[in-house]
Amino acid sequence: MTKLSINGKQHDVDLPGDTPLLWVLRDHLGLTGTKFGCGMALCGACTVHLDGKPARSCTTPISVLAGKQVTTIEAIGTDAVGKAVQAAWVEVGVPQCGYCQAGQIMSATALLKDNRQPTDADIVSAMAGNICRCGTYTRIRSAIKRAAATQGGQS
Amino acid sequence: MSPPFDSFDSPIEGCASDPAASSQHLLVLANVSRRRFVRGLSAFSGLVIAAGFRAGARAADTPRKYGADSMPHGWVDNPLVFVAIGQDGIVSIACHRSEMGQGIRTGMPMIVADELEADWSRVRVVQAPGDEEKFGNQDTDGSRSTRHFFDPMRRCGAAARQMLEAAAAAQWKVPIGEVEATHHEVIHKASGRRLGYGALAKAAARMPVPARDAIRLKDPSQFRYIGKGELKLVDGLDIASGKAQYAMDTRLPGMHYAVVARPPAYGGKVKHYDAADALKVPGVQRVVQIEPTTPPPVFNPLGGVAVIANNTWAAIQGRKALKIEWEDGPNATYDSAAFKSTLEQAARKRGKVVRNDGNYDAGVAAAARRVEAEYYIPHLAHATMEPPAATARISQGKCEVWGCFQSPQAARDLVAKRLGMSPKDVTVHVTLLGGGFGRKSKPDFGIEAAVLSKAMAGAPVKVVWTREDDLQHDYFHTVSVEHLEAGLDAQGRPVAWLHRTVAPTIMSTFEANARQEANWELGMGVINVPFAIPNVRIENPEAVAHTRIGWFRSVSNVPHAFAVQSFVAELAAAAGRDPKDYLLEVIGPARLIRPEMLSDTWNHDESPDRYPVDTGRLRRVIETVAHEAGWGKTLPKGHGLGIAAHYSFVSYVAAVVEVAVDDKQGLVVPRIDIAVDCGGCINPDRVRAQMEGACVMGLGVAMQNEITFSGGHPDQDNFHTYTVPRMTEAPAEIHVTILPGDFGKPLGGVGEPGVPPIAPAICNAVFAATGKRIRRLPIGDQLKA
Repeated sequence: MTKLSINGKQHDVDLPGDTPLLWVLRDHLGLTGTKFGCGMALCGACTVHLDGKPARSCTTPISVLAGKQVTTIEAIGTDAVGKAVQAAWVEVGVPQCGYCQAGQIMSATALLKDNRQPTDADIVSAMAGNICRCGTYTRIRSAIKRAAATQGGQS
Repeated sequence: MSPPFDSFDSPIEGCASDPAASSQHLLVLANVSRRRFVRGLSAFSGLVIAAGFRAGARAADTPRKYGADSMPHGWVDNPLVFVAIGQDGIVSIACHRSEMGQGIRTGMPMIVADELEADWSRVRVVQAPGDEEKFGNQDTDGSRSTRHFFDPMRRCGAAARQMLEAAAAAQWKVPIGEVEATHHEVIHKASGRRLGYGALAKAAARMPVPARDAIRLKDPSQFRYIGKGELKLVDGLDIASGKAQYAMDTRLPGMHYAVVARPPAYGGKVKHYDAADALKVPGVQRVVQIEPTTPPPVFNPLGGVAVIANNTWAAIQGRKALKIEWEDGPNATYDSAAFKSTLEQAARKRGKVVRNDGNYDAGVAAAARRVEAEYYIPHLAHATMEPPAATARISQGKCEVWGCFQSPQAARDLVAKRLGMSPKDVTVHVTLLGGGFGRKSKPDFGIEAAVLSKAMAGAPVKVVWTREDDLQHDYFHTVSVEHLEAGLDAQGRPVAWLHRTVAPTIMSTFEANARQEANWELGMGVINVPFAIPNVRIENPEAVAHTRIGWFRSVSNVPHAFAVQSFVAELAAAAGRDPKDYLLEVIGPARLIRPEMLSDTWNHDESPDRYPVDTGRLRRVIETVAHEAGWGKTLPKGHGLGIAAHYSFVSYVAAVVEVAVDDKQGLVVPRIDIAVDCGGCINPDRVRAQMEGACVMGLGVAMQNEITFSGGHPDQDNFHTYTVPRMTEAPAEIHVTILPGDFGKPLGGVGEPGVPPIAPAICNAVFAATGKRIRRLPIGDQLKA
């Protein structure tokens, strides 16, 4: 039995310790907002926060999660920065198909929580692990700047 | 059964992929007797036409149909099919095309809502299931949803508005001419009385649907939403909060999860397999063999061995533990390096002549100089962010499927065929698509789900394709060699043009022995180049397909535009001319050209009268984008500008790309300017978004994407080997200019036309920056060599 703390709730899951967090979220807990894209931490669609830091849930075995707080896209809106990022995403019209955007939002929120005024280079560096096949990158960049501005990072 | 207009007593939000929401509301509408407005019912049925590519010949005495009329099941404009108004005033509008990022779930209902004078904040979008007899054609590809359904959806909304007005007039006992629907209510001006749409819903539903010639469309100056680009995406909030439902996200009670081991080479099959170890993996429930079908592939499953488990991870682990001996079949030796040579040899010999103007041989013999170049464009994979996925369950002789289908009707027909059921007993729910790009027009994964549900006695089974499955078993974009020759006169002007295009045809997916490009592949930018050159010969030597060939966003326009627009720039360089000026000169003066004059009998299945090739519009996008990009400006060292233009999906697009090349960073694209003329623009923000996305996808085609085959199977299997643009490669700046359009004129496509000019514009920019001409895609590390 593995104890998981996800979005502030405790879960006991009876699964092999090498099971990736991604599939526990999606198949066992019904939290399907976290997406499967590659299974190898190459695309970022499965990004969640572990103790506030971005992590790829597709390669994170549940055995390493003891004592860690997992936050997913379903709960990121309860965080002020996460909420601002979501609002900016809608306002700027970032999504096209939208499939990668939960991961993008999780990476962007982690960036802004760490760095309230990211430069273009900071943004590229923080977002380089998240692929968008629709090619929404210029809007992602705009939305991050907008969220930073609404968070008081800029005037 | 409730009357249709008040059947929506609660708002329906998001996508109808949620099984609990199901399609029962739409079913209410389906059962309502109504005037049938189904037009263009096609004699062709089933497979090939699912893509809108007809295999059959038209009877000689049948007049040819164009546009939406030419598609299977044509169009429907009946408001009783698309619109339902609840007594609470909530207007539900069905979207019958699939949302894959193009914004159709916002754009299509917006057209209805505008004509209906509905308040957008009280509109809910309901996703239609696959049912073309009811909704009209649902093939979401070919950049046609809006151009084919703008007029029917306008009529649909206007008819519903008139029914509301009729109901109000009847209630007030006043002439209908004295009432007017405006912003979700009907007003009697003389008395100041007003009734909301909710209050009128029941009575309006009983009004006759106005005859088509009695429908009063708005004047475009009265549009509230169309052309404004002010509405947010209907799914934006759901996407940003993780609630949006994709095929991967389907969950049903008692659902099983499956992954399939498929034959590594196309045409292969299972010789022997041992499931003992797979069945020992915790969570694995069953191992089931799926029988392959005989070629051609069509949209059938590839066959193989499925592992069914109580979660996806267990299924994946179980598949790893399978021991399978494959019989590789006829394509086991398919090798991309060898095949490149095969294509090159074919491209250097005469092939079937598919366009012949003037006399190329005489023209080139008389020319002052001759230029020749050959271009190679590899196989591409779609690599949608959501790999294919579908869920099926069978109960009491009926099958339900949930999937990310671009062609839900094809999914319905083929599931029915495979299960031996009537299509009437198969319901296909369309989820959001996590990318489509043409891959999800082929519902092989939906049939897999149905087959596996049947094997599990009808229990729900979700088939998940991993990224490896997706890249190894795609319907790949073809691979091509484009051979071009030209003769220039003493002033450097082209007087003779030869283009040999050699590529396995998409038709090979439908006809086992197809070796020649179809007229619609040739009509994607190889025969229909509108150049002012007197002697033109286009040839198409044969090529054999060794894998499943499918359509990828922009299809044959990708290789054709790359070759043609690179070659024009090569000719400009040979002539010592500015590439932009030279391109305009090759296109010649503004004129309307009938496609037949270019030997193009296809013309995107659009009428040659309504959609001639307009070189004036092509010139205008070039001139516009050159201006916006500051063509001719002084650039930093190592930078260069490249230009390219292309006409496809009856829209005109030109791009200017700025590249920066240095020894350390290699190739960087800081900026792309793109100009599009797609006629009237329904949702400018989404047109802009499609152009932005096309720039990035085109950049991937130019710089990164390549599937190579060795031993019959692709060498690439995930994003470390099949690289696609990340923010690190994407242009920092993309500037989109939309040319003003006119809603009274025919619309052009938007989803695809942005892609073709990007790769040649990038390579032309690389030439400007470095003097090195790229003739083989992707660029990869060629600049470092």
